[in-house]
Amino acid sequence: MTAIDPTIAAAKSQRGWYKRNEIAVTPWLFLAPAILFFVFYVVWPIYQSIAISFYDWDGLGEARFVGMDNYAELMDDSAFEVSLWNNLKWLLFYLLAIPGGLFIALFLNQTVTGIRIYKSLFFFPFVLSQVVVGLVFSWFYLPNEGLLNTVLGVFGMGPINVLGDPTLATYGIIAAGLWPQTAYCMILYLTGLNAVDPEQIEAGRLDGAKGWRMLWFIIIPQLKPATFIAFVVTIIGALRSFDLISVMTNGGPFGQTRVLSFYMFEKALSEYGFRMGYGAAIAVVLFLIMLVFIAYFLWSMWSEERGR
Amino acid sequence: MRFTTKTMLMALAGSTLLAGTATAELTGDLKIFLDTSNPAPRATMEQMISDFQGLHPDLNIETTIIDRDAYKTQIRNFLTADAPDVATWYAANRMTPFVEAGLFEDVSDLWEEPEIAEALASTKGAMTIDDKQWGVPYTYYQWGIYYRKDIYDELGLSEPANFEEMKSNCQAVIDSGRKCYTIGTKFLWTAGGWFDYLNMRTHGFDFHMDLAQGNVKWTDDRVRETFANWRELIDMGAFVENHQNYSWQESLPFLVNGEAASILKGNFAVAPLREAGLDDDKLDFYQFPTITDGIALAEDAPTDTFHIPAKAQNKEAAREFLRYLVSANVQTEINNGENLGQLPVNSKASVDDDKFLNEGFTMLSENSPGGVAQFFDRDFPAEMANEAMQGLQEFMVFPDNLDDILNRLDKVQERVYQ
Repeated sequence: MTAIDPTIAAAKSQRGWYKRNEIAVTPWLFLAPAILFFVFYVVWPIYQSIAISFYDWDGLGEARFVGMDNYAELMDDSAFEVSLWNNLKWLLFYLLAIPGGLFIALFLNQTVTGIRIYKSLFFFPFVLSQVVVGLVFSWFYLPNEGLLNTVLGVFGMGPINVLGDPTLATYGIIAAGLWPQTAYCMILYLTGLNAVDPEQIEAGRLDGAKGWRMLWFIIIPQLKPATFIAFVVTIIGALRSFDLISVMTNGGPFGQTRVLSFYMFEKALSEYGFRMGYGAAIAVVLFLIMLVFIAYFLWSMWSEERGR
Repeated sequence: MRFTTKTMLMALAGSTLLAGTATAELTGDLKIFLDTSNPAPRATMEQMISDFQGLHPDLNIETTIIDRDAYKTQIRNFLTADAPDVATWYAANRMTPFVEAGLFEDVSDLWEEPEIAEALASTKGAMTIDDKQWGVPYTYYQWGIYYRKDIYDELGLSEPANFEEMKSNCQAVIDSGRKCYTIGTKFLWTAGGWFDYLNMRTHGFDFHMDLAQGNVKWTDDRVRETFANWRELIDMGAFVENHQNYSWQESLPFLVNGEAASILKGNFAVAPLREAGLDDDKLDFYQFPTITDGIALAEDAPTDTFHIPAKAQNKEAAREFLRYLVSANVQTEINNGENLGQLPVNSKASVDDDKFLNEGFTMLSENSPGGVAQFFDRDFPAEMANEAMQGLQEFMVFPDNLDDILNRLDKVQERVYQ
């Protein structure tokens, strides 16, 4: 009676390869489409960009291998330097969207009649296309007819041409970018505030915490996940800044508002751009800068997971 | 190709008649890509193509019109990947990248045909690279100074003949609380027009072309003289302020509102100015005045062109289309005031009776002994043009940066022309 039925044993070994390895294989099958797309649309282009950056190529004819020449030229290119600094300004000042968003979220996190309308009004700029935001702000900044100069005129201050002044123009564009970005951070914080534990606030209140101390020691620590996401999207937004620049100044006056992504576009793909290799080299530099942040994001997410 | 009864019948007819009609009966598909996206040129081209279709009913013509600015970047893709049979572009150096990459068809054979060789002789140079012709022109237009005649009359000024008069006129305009010239340099190329004229008037056409070909350094003293002349105007306050914020269209209201007295521009500015209410009594034209005595006057007259991509499928039909396009009748028709409002390239075509077209035609045919340039960004290699025009814009805002700008351009020049 303990003898194994030969037919069962046979059936077991006859079960398909997939059946035998089901548990090991299935996750990979589910991952396969994502991996495939990631390899084709992300990893492969990164490799290609790096490869092209070693060539002198106009996008049409023969590519000529030039080694590190493109990078050597970048080191000596004042327009590249300007773009790099502008990228830094974007990274730094764009972060103002986070405290700005938090402030508005705290302000709106109350129950008065019609609060929903106020909330949606504050959220409104985020829904607008960046092109519209750019247009609205460039009208706002217009040297003669613009609202900004009319308002400044009321206070007796002289007209300023924000977008025509090489030192001010970048800040002008960042300010325009902050408008929708602040709204985005506000939404993140509003949802975060919903999840704040009322018992902890109660406990804090019993211990005599009020105002700033309440905010700093009780509320903000609980908003940490929202802050992290706000930080991530703001950094990404700063590095992706392109449309606003293109709409508001087209990189000008004389190239003083370019950032790396815009400069890359101009060198490689715009009307006069025929330098694929040089553009690719700029893209690689931008990628390396992004890599710093990507590494940081991955690391902090990973340590979060492990901490659980 | 849609299969309708009509096309089926036509195909059938075509195949049975094939043996009999060995003459130029064109069949197959003809794909035409156009960058004439503005309303008037668009309608003109569509009409012209449908007339051509009427002559060749068996030909299946497919027309694609692409936004003029987007076209400039898309052409690289479609010439290499999915080439049409005919495509628009620009003359002179703007063709070079595509000619060098072997993407344009050599059409020297067309230029040897007597009708084209004679009638189009004046533009042959602009279509030639390496002694071969790479396309045919279909229209060109003059550049010059368009001014408010009523303002000049009010101030008792007349059209200037030399630089001194130009400056004294300008001073009078400034004293009346206006600006002499409106310009919008946001997209840079408008400043290129000013440099073209100042340089060609200061040192002549040949010197300008030497600079375009990289034989003269930007830090050359003669180039500095050109900039010194320009600076005189800038220091006078001749140009509207904040021009770096405006596109050329946005710079026109200054002229329309009478805040500026004139503009240096191509003839394409006439249409929007007329539309804005400046009739021929208020708007007039004069040739850019002499600066250095004895220098032959030369003009900018950009030429727009048609080409056959090297990868075209139906080159026979494409050639026929080009022949049709440059023929005298078609040239007269498409360039008249109701259509493109520009100058015909065929010498046997007639110029439409329009004040500005007549003046421009006379100027280019009789009073431009020095030569005819295409335009800054068509004569200079693309990369050089781009960097240089940024420098020109910077110079117009901060004239003191000139040394820095010229040194930078020298560096670009070394790389571009190597």
